[in-house]
Amino acid sequence: MVDVSGIVALFQGDRQADRVVPPSGFTARLTSFTAGAMAFLTVFALALSLATGRLADRWNAELARTSTVRISAPEGQMAAQSEAVLNVLRTTQGIKTARVMGDKEQRKLLEPWFGPDLPLDSLPIPRLIEVIETDDGPDNESLRLRLSAEAPGAVLDDHTRWRRPLVQAAGRIRLMGLLSILLIAGSTAAMITLAAQSALAANGQVITVLRLIGARDVYIARAFVRRFTVRAFMGALVGTLLAMVATYFLPAAAEEGAFLTGLGFRGAHWLLPLLIPPMAAIVAFWATRLAAFRVLKRLM
Amino acid sequence: MIELKNAAFSYGGRDILMDMDLRLAPGSFHFLTGPSGSGKTTLMKLCYKALQPTTGLMRIFEQDVRAMDRDDVARVRRRIGVVHQDCQFLDHLNVAENVTLPVQVSERDEEIDEAHLMDLLGWVGLADHYDAMPAELSGGERQRAALARAVIMSPDLIIADEPTGNVDWEMAQRLLSLLIELNKMGKTILLATHDLNLIRTAKQQVAARVLRIQDHRVVLAGADL
Repeated sequence: MVDVSGIVALFQGDRQADRVVPPSGFTARLTSFTAGAMAFLTVFALALSLATGRLADRWNAELARTSTVRISAPEGQMAAQSEAVLNVLRTTQGIKTARVMGDKEQRKLLEPWFGPDLPLDSLPIPRLIEVIETDDGPDNESLRLRLSAEAPGAVLDDHTRWRRPLVQAAGRIRLMGLLSILLIAGSTAAMITLAAQSALAANGQVITVLRLIGARDVYIARAFVRRFTVRAFMGALVGTLLAMVATYFLPAAAEEGAFLTGLGFRGAHWLLPLLIPPMAAIVAFWATRLAAFRVLKRLM
Repeated sequence: MIELKNAAFSYGGRDILMDMDLRLAPGSFHFLTGPSGSGKTTLMKLCYKALQPTTGLMRIFEQDVRAMDRDDVARVRRRIGVVHQDCQFLDHLNVAENVTLPVQVSERDEEIDEAHLMDLLGWVGLADHYDAMPAELSGGERQRAALARAVIMSPDLIIADEPTGNVDWEMAQRLLSLLIELNKMGKTILLATHDLNLIRTAKQQVAARVLRIQDHRVVLAGADL
């Protein structure tokens, strides 16, 4: 159960207890800056990770519902084999529609590689049949057998060859994004630990006096923990908001599905970056608390 | 209150204090004397557990020091007011804030009683220095502020380590009279000094025992003072 009153008290602070530890301008700015910069990077890592996930899902879904039959046959048999293939497809369970792609469409597909003036008539280009599958899809193995019997020049391409590396690559990029977030959190903890240790070392005399007059370790640690937690939270909040604004103005997803577009957040995903400032505060809380107790244990 | 039985303290292989058998009874007044470097400050640090005996038994408020955890030590120190020779103030806090520090760190819920604070500052002659910063105080004023901080929690034991070391005779007598006054209120006092005149003056006003550190041992001083 989360102790809400404890969190509120942490942020409200104790004016008198806070006064006990002298202000430490440099470490304060360092902590806020570090938290802000790390939050900024985390937002982008998160955006990249989510966008890649969306891309992988889209590729997976789109390619999974389509397949292509490629017919390579002598000029005189092309029409007959095409008709035979269409007949097979029409009578196969799991096929929604099947249509022969026109010359214009095939030219458009080949245009990026061969240019716009492709002499399609003079080249032995195979005929392509676009197949749209139902949600259940056909039994590809039996379909292949039937096609080879009815049209020897027909080859079924269910896009597995394309889909698997694409989805794998997208999954890896998503994993890298998540790994980056973990590394950023670790780096934030390390930086805040260093800043807290520096502040604790600079206040060695204060800590000694407080121990001698009866302060418990937890009281002394709390003064530092509160300070660093609030600074980390505020720094991360500013960094997160700036990164969200920057993300909002990134180019929107292009129709062509270009990879470097559409890196922003969509819908409820816009709420996810708002978790970063509390997470930064939690990281700062534990990093400072552990550093403070480690330093205090060296004193009698 | 403080009890040492066959206790010793050594540091870096060197014996600092040996064969200590000592008992500070509640309400007693003890002077601790001896040449510089004899181990007076070490004995005082043992008494508020800034150090721990290397051998032997030591109890503070009936608790074995070896069995105390860090929170126990903090609680014990709230019952002991310490006046250091160098005072040890927090330089960024004013006199009133420094004096009330023990109350703040004790994590009590009640607010600091301003009237009580003013009485205390008046008692040590620092009522006009409420807002002064430690750097603005003279040596005697710092010692009196340190005494005010040491007694604000109404401790059972007051340990003063050479509080008159850096002040003139008049101020030393004034500090001594404050400590005698506290002793008459029932507080136990352990005062380290090498000023024999101060001890003689005190013995005319209070029944004080004088301990001397001699050859690393704590002995009861005779009538030769």
